[in-house]
Amino acid sequence: MKIKVLYFASLREQVGTRGEDLDISPEVVSVASLRALLVARGGAWQSALAQGKALRVAVNQEVAQPATPLTAGDEVAFFPPVTGG
Amino acid sequence: MSVRVQTGDFDVGAEIAAMRRGNPKIGAVASFIGLVRDLNDGDAVAVLTLEHYPGMTETALEKIVAEARQRWDLMEVLVIHRVGELKPADQIVLVVVAGAHRGEAFAACEFIMDFLKTQAPFWKKEQTPRGTRWVEARAADDEAAARWHDKKPGSA
Repeated sequence: MKIKVLYFASLREQVGTRGEDLDISPEVVSVASLRALLVARGGAWQSALAQGKALRVAVNQEVAQPATPLTAGDEVAFFPPVTGG
Repeated sequence: MSVRVQTGDFDVGAEIAAMRRGNPKIGAVASFIGLVRDLNDGDAVAVLTLEHYPGMTETALEKIVAEARQRWDLMEVLVIHRVGELKPADQIVLVVVAGAHRGEAFAACEFIMDFLKTQAPFWKKEQTPRGTRWVEARAADDEAAARWHDKKPGSA
């Protein structure tokens, strides 16, 4: 199942990429399981995305929760708490 | 378009004049302008860089404006937020709300800023003598947005 993953701000700098196209197994059914998959890469991925880090997630540009399901073609974005204004 | 994300500066007077033009029913205009300060958390700030999530940011701002329009009887709403590299004293954000009376204009303007700061995907990075750093989200901003949940629509 193909999805697009984006990283913003400090998270983008930590993992060293703006985004990537991923072909994930059908077992990666939710935001939480995608995050676990990325953490399992280790190194900067593990430290940037580890549980307990204050992170926000959007799926198809809508605010998402850990349980939000993923489907083929989704755009998933990980980013730190926002600081605009 | 009532929501704009842009790199260029904005002219507050021209924006308000354009909003008011041809609408004598407007009796009150409230505006907020956010500016780059030259000091943050004790360090001098030379450059403030703003990043956003193109698409989601505009949608988030439009949702905030729609929510404000549900809560109050507003005639016009404008939100402009800049991105890219800014310097101290530069304008960052403009919110303008026009209504028949000041109560709803003041309240909606503050509401929009409180939610913009906590919901709209923008991130600030500042350049200081000690290096560059990402600005941390503040609990006080979450508290400012949370207090609106206790207020019923229409109660300014």
